[in-house]
Amino acid sequence: MSSAASMNTSTHAPARSASSSATQLDQLSFNWVIGGIATFSLLMLTLPTLIVLIASFSSAQTLRFPPPGFSLQWYLALFNYPELWSAAVTSFQVAFWATLLCVVLGVCASLAMAGSRARWVAAMDALVMSPLALPGIAVGLGMLTFFSMIGWRLSVVTLVISHVVICIPYVVRTTLASLTQLGNSLREASTVLGAGPIYTFFHVTLPLIKQGVITGAFMAFLSSFDNITVSLFLSDSRTEVLPIRMWSMIENDLDVRAAAISGLLILSTALLMIFMERVSGLSKFLVKS
Amino acid sequence: MNIAKLFTPREGQLALPLAIFLHLFYVIPLAVLLASSFQQAAGVPGFSLGQYGEFFRDPVNLKVLRDTIFLGVQVTLACLILGYPVAYVFANAPGKWKGILTFLILLPLLTSAVVRTFGWVVILGKQGLVNTFLQNLGLIGEPIKLLFTHHGVAIAMTQIQLPLMILPIVASLSQVDPRLAAASASLGGGAWRTFWKIVFPLTLPGVISGCLLVFAITVSSFVTPSIIGGGQVMYMPTLIYQQAVVLLNGPFAAAVSAILLAVVLAVVIGLSTLGQKSRAYIR
Repeated sequence: MSSAASMNTSTHAPARSASSSATQLDQLSFNWVIGGIATFSLLMLTLPTLIVLIASFSSAQTLRFPPPGFSLQWYLALFNYPELWSAAVTSFQVAFWATLLCVVLGVCASLAMAGSRARWVAAMDALVMSPLALPGIAVGLGMLTFFSMIGWRLSVVTLVISHVVICIPYVVRTTLASLTQLGNSLREASTVLGAGPIYTFFHVTLPLIKQGVITGAFMAFLSSFDNITVSLFLSDSRTEVLPIRMWSMIENDLDVRAAAISGLLILSTALLMIFMERVSGLSKFLVKS
Repeated sequence: MNIAKLFTPREGQLALPLAIFLHLFYVIPLAVLLASSFQQAAGVPGFSLGQYGEFFRDPVNLKVLRDTIFLGVQVTLACLILGYPVAYVFANAPGKWKGILTFLILLPLLTSAVVRTFGWVVILGKQGLVNTFLQNLGLIGEPIKLLFTHHGVAIAMTQIQLPLMILPIVASLSQVDPRLAAASASLGGGAWRTFWKIVFPLTLPGVISGCLLVFAITVSSFVTPSIIGGGQVMYMPTLIYQQAVVLLNGPFAAAVSAILLAVVLAVVIGLSTLGQKSRAYIR
C-alpha cells in the first residue's frame, strides 16, 4: 500500500516548493511510518477472516494451516448436525423479536429525546447508551438473579428481553443522529398545515429518518445474533443460541465443522453489509457519526 | 384526543416505555446483583462484606484482577498505535479508496466475535499459520505455544477491538480543518511536528472515546479470553462465569461482577471527563 503513503503527500505538497532535503526526509519518514503501520494493521484486520474462509474449505481432518487440499466436506457435514440448525433458528427468532422491540421502543424514545432540551434527556441518553460500555457478563448475571428472584422461568421471552437491553443503544444512536440532522422545521411545517402528529410521523418524519432507523435495526440484529455474554446466563439447553453452540464446539474439542459455519457467517455478513450499504448507507452512520 | 397528545414529540412521554423497560430489566437487575454480592452465602439474608473480603484475601483473585486491567491497558495502547495510522490514511484517502477501506474496517467489526476468535485459533494453533511458517523457515524445531497464553489473548483482542478505535478517530480527523496543517507546513513545520503539534491534539476527543470503548469492552469480553486463554489464563469475566455457572457460587460471582463494574465505571468516568476537557480545549 505504498499509494496510501503517497496520498498524504498530496495534502501537504503545495507549500513545499522551497523545501530542503531535510524537510523532504521528514515528510518521507512520516509517510513511511504512517503508511507502514496502516498497511500492517489492515493486514492484521483482514487476516483472521480470510484464514477462516480458506480453512473452511480444507480437505484435512484437523485445523492445520495452510490446508493440504480443498474440499467441501465440512460444509456437507453441516447438513447432518441438527443441534446447530436449531440453535441457528433460535438465534434468528431472538434477534428478530429483539430488533423489532428495539425499533419500536427506541424510535419512540428518540422522538421524545430529539424534541426536548430538558435535563432528563442527558440522563436518559446515559442510561440507554450504558449497556455499550458496561460488562455484559455482569448484566447477564444480574438478569438471571433477578428473573429467578421474581420466579420467571428462562425462555425465549427472557432471552429477548435481555437482548433488547444490549441492542437498544444502536437503534437510539442512529435514529437520534438522523433526527438531529433533520431538525424541527419540517415537522413544524406539517403541523402548521394542519396535519396531526401521527400523520406527520408516518408521512414526514419517518420517511426522512428511515436510513437511521434501518441502520440501527441492522446493527441491533447483528449484535443480538452475535451476543454471548448475556446469553451465557439466559439461554439454556432448550433455547441454545448459535454463538453459544459455536463457542462450545471450539472450546471443547475444536470441531472442524466450526470452520464451515464460520465461513457461512462471514460470507453472509459480507453480503448483508454490501446490501445494507446500498439500502441505507451503512458506512455513513458508522464511519462519520 | 389523548392519544394524539401522547404522540406530540415535544412531550417526554414517548420516552416513557423505554425508560420503564430499562429500569425494570436493567437497572433493577444490576441493583439485585449488587445486593446479592453483600450476602454471606446464597439465600442467607443480612449484610456482609464477606465475599469482597474473600476476593481480596486470595492472591489468585488479585492476579486475575491485575491481569485483566493489564490486558485492558495493553490492548488499548496497541489499538491506538495500530489504529491511528489507519484512521489517518482513511481520512486522507481519495474517494475510490475510501470504499475499499470502509469494507476492510467494517467487515471485521460486523463479523461475529466467535468467528474472529476462531480465526486466531487457526493462526496461533500448533499446526497453525505462525508455527507452520516459522518451522518452514527453520527458525524453530518444535511448535511454540501461542494458544493458552496471555500474549495470544492480547494479540487476538487487539485485532478484534481495532475497528472500535479507528472509527471515533476517523470522525475526529474529519473535523480537523485541513488548512491548519497547510498553514503549519507553509510556516516551515515539518510533517512530524505538524502531526504532533496540530493534528494529534485536535483529534484527542476521538482518541479518548476510542480508548474508552476499547478498554471497557476488552476487560468485559468473555469469548476470546475463554477460547484463546483456554482456562490456563483467567480474567474477570471468565472468573465470573466459572463461579456462577460451574461452581454455583452466586454471591461471590456477584461480588466479582461488582468489582469489574467498578473498574469499568472508574475508567469510563475518568476518560469521559478528560474527553470533555479536551473538547472544551479545542473550542
